[in-house]
Amino acid sequence: MLNSILKKREYLLAAIILTMIIAISFRSPSFLQLPNMLATLNDTSILMMLACAQMFVILTRCIDLSVGANIALTGMVVAMLNSASPELPVVVLVVIALGLGLILGAINGFFVWKFDIPPIVVTLGTMAIYRGLVFVLADGSWINAHQMSESFLGFPRANIFGVQLLTWCGLLVVAGMYALSRYSRLGRQFYAIGDNPNAAVYMGISVGKVKFKAFCLSGMIAGLCGYFWVSRYAVAYVDIAAGFELQTVAACVIGGVSIAGAIGNIGGAILGALFLGVVNNALPVIDISPFWQMSISGTVIILAVVFNAQSERKTGRTILKLKGTEA
Amino acid sequence: MSIAFSNVRRRGAEIPNKLEMTMMGRLARWETLLVCVVALVFFLNTIASPYFLDVWNLSDATYNFIEKAIIAFAVALVIISGEIDLSVAANIALSSTIMGAVATAGYDTPIIVGAGLLTSLACGAFNGFLVAKVGLHSIIVTIATMSLFRGISYIILGDTVYKNYPDSFAWFGQGYLFDAFTVEMAFFIVIAVFFWMLLHKTVFGRQVYVIGNNKTCAAFSGIKVQRVKFSLFLLSGLASGVAAVLLTSRLGSTRPSIALGWELEVVTMVVLGGVSILGGSGTILGVILASVLMGLVTFGLGLLNVPGIVMTIFTGCLLIAVIVLPRITKLIMSHSKKTK
Repeated sequence: MLNSILKKREYLLAAIILTMIIAISFRSPSFLQLPNMLATLNDTSILMMLACAQMFVILTRCIDLSVGANIALTGMVVAMLNSASPELPVVVLVVIALGLGLILGAINGFFVWKFDIPPIVVTLGTMAIYRGLVFVLADGSWINAHQMSESFLGFPRANIFGVQLLTWCGLLVVAGMYALSRYSRLGRQFYAIGDNPNAAVYMGISVGKVKFKAFCLSGMIAGLCGYFWVSRYAVAYVDIAAGFELQTVAACVIGGVSIAGAIGNIGGAILGALFLGVVNNALPVIDISPFWQMSISGTVIILAVVFNAQSERKTGRTILKLKGTEA
Repeated sequence: MSIAFSNVRRRGAEIPNKLEMTMMGRLARWETLLVCVVALVFFLNTIASPYFLDVWNLSDATYNFIEKAIIAFAVALVIISGEIDLSVAANIALSSTIMGAVATAGYDTPIIVGAGLLTSLACGAFNGFLVAKVGLHSIIVTIATMSLFRGISYIILGDTVYKNYPDSFAWFGQGYLFDAFTVEMAFFIVIAVFFWMLLHKTVFGRQVYVIGNNKTCAAFSGIKVQRVKFSLFLLSGLASGVAAVLLTSRLGSTRPSIALGWELEVVTMVVLGGVSILGGSGTILGVILASVLMGLVTFGLGLLNVPGIVMTIFTGCLLIAVIVLPRITKLIMSHSKKTK
């Protein structure tokens, strides 16, 4: 029964997104064409990846508010490395971005794990620290497109079967996350400790350590997105991706991920991200000032949370039913 | 009330019970430590910059923290009750924008201030409604309204600015009562005393502690938990409104990015002041000391030409360190006991 409700919710969200796209295409028919749809998907890839990573963090009853600052810091480091030594291959830079992001995420996770500090406090703090470090590192200056190498800028734009590499990468990461959530031990542990930490401890799961891993994962994806962000928008400065952490949380909440932990799946998070992506891409098309975007996402989060609360109330307190063995 | 007391006592010495206190206990209090640190920072500042010890300079230094501290008092109450309010800075942006619109429409100071306070009250009521009546998590609600309130401000203003404030409006943020004693300081003192009375001397204050310690227990003791929480969000809304009046009056202009990121500093002040982020303990005195400390530090760094964004690194480190250090000392203490 529970599964069917969750399923229904995703169908509902998909239907809303489709209706939106059709409604917008009445206003401007070009919106519905394939190139534009692919562009929208490409624009949303970064948000999709981060929303999935954020979902794992939220599943464990934590929250990661430092993703935006993490993107800015890794993006800046990668851009500076590239402008200093353009001969460094892009793959190395991607690995560096992943590694640095992982370290930044691990710092969050370490404080949550070892000192049991509420994650909102830790990530609120590191959010300020990481963004401040961007300023210190670059001395407040910008790194512009002409300082970046061709291959650095071209990598996410590489065309494979008519679709840009960034989109492929987004899909690949999302597929990996899906496998992680459904078929790996770690994925099930995320759900288990979010559902009932005490029971998880009795099962032999180290709650702190699993939270640590969730933060590492979120940090690593944020690092990857840091590179993509900088090379896609061809600029690195202190304020890039400011407030982006809220978008990732919003995508999760819209997708039915419960902020109280343990409820949610990758499909929901992706649909939530797509919803925001369509809204963001549609606003200029239908002549609404982009200044509306912030309050629209705020309103949508509230509506989604109210909706979530209602559907959660119906199903009672224990939410996730595992196939086979029950936690 | 006896149930409430035994419950409150469980969490430690920060709560101002009428418990017998030993000399050691008094010395080990968080507030005592804060006083020492404030004195130390003050001393370091006088050494670091020759311009620090000047009455007018110190009077200017208070602008650094007063507006944030006024919000921090209200947020402290919210956090003690086990909730959090991250929308305070966005609330400032929205009520400042409304004040700007009212001022541009040609109304005079009392109406401008009234409009600002009403807006912030409405914002607080909206948060309170969602948290207390609908029963949503305050973290996610206030993250959403943070985006909503500032978003409305962006819709109204876009990339323009309101700056048509009447001259009399400048009194709040730029006026002096006598000598170097600013109007803002008077506001600060009155509001600090109000919150001290409210938290430590009234039934309402005790109820806030009880709710923060054990919601279920509070409900069974006959406390109207929802109503108390709703009033707390109203209070934090109103405090943001007062801060918005002071800040707007001091700056003389409104942009949608006004007070950006203040929620971080406010929460840091509250936690630095010894309020437990998990709720249930903390004092107003601690928050006052923490706000003075942060004001002194940022002002001192400012005199040394440290840019604002570097100060946020410092704020972030402070926030984490303040929570980590007591836990480390506790770990070491328990470890040394075990080895004995």
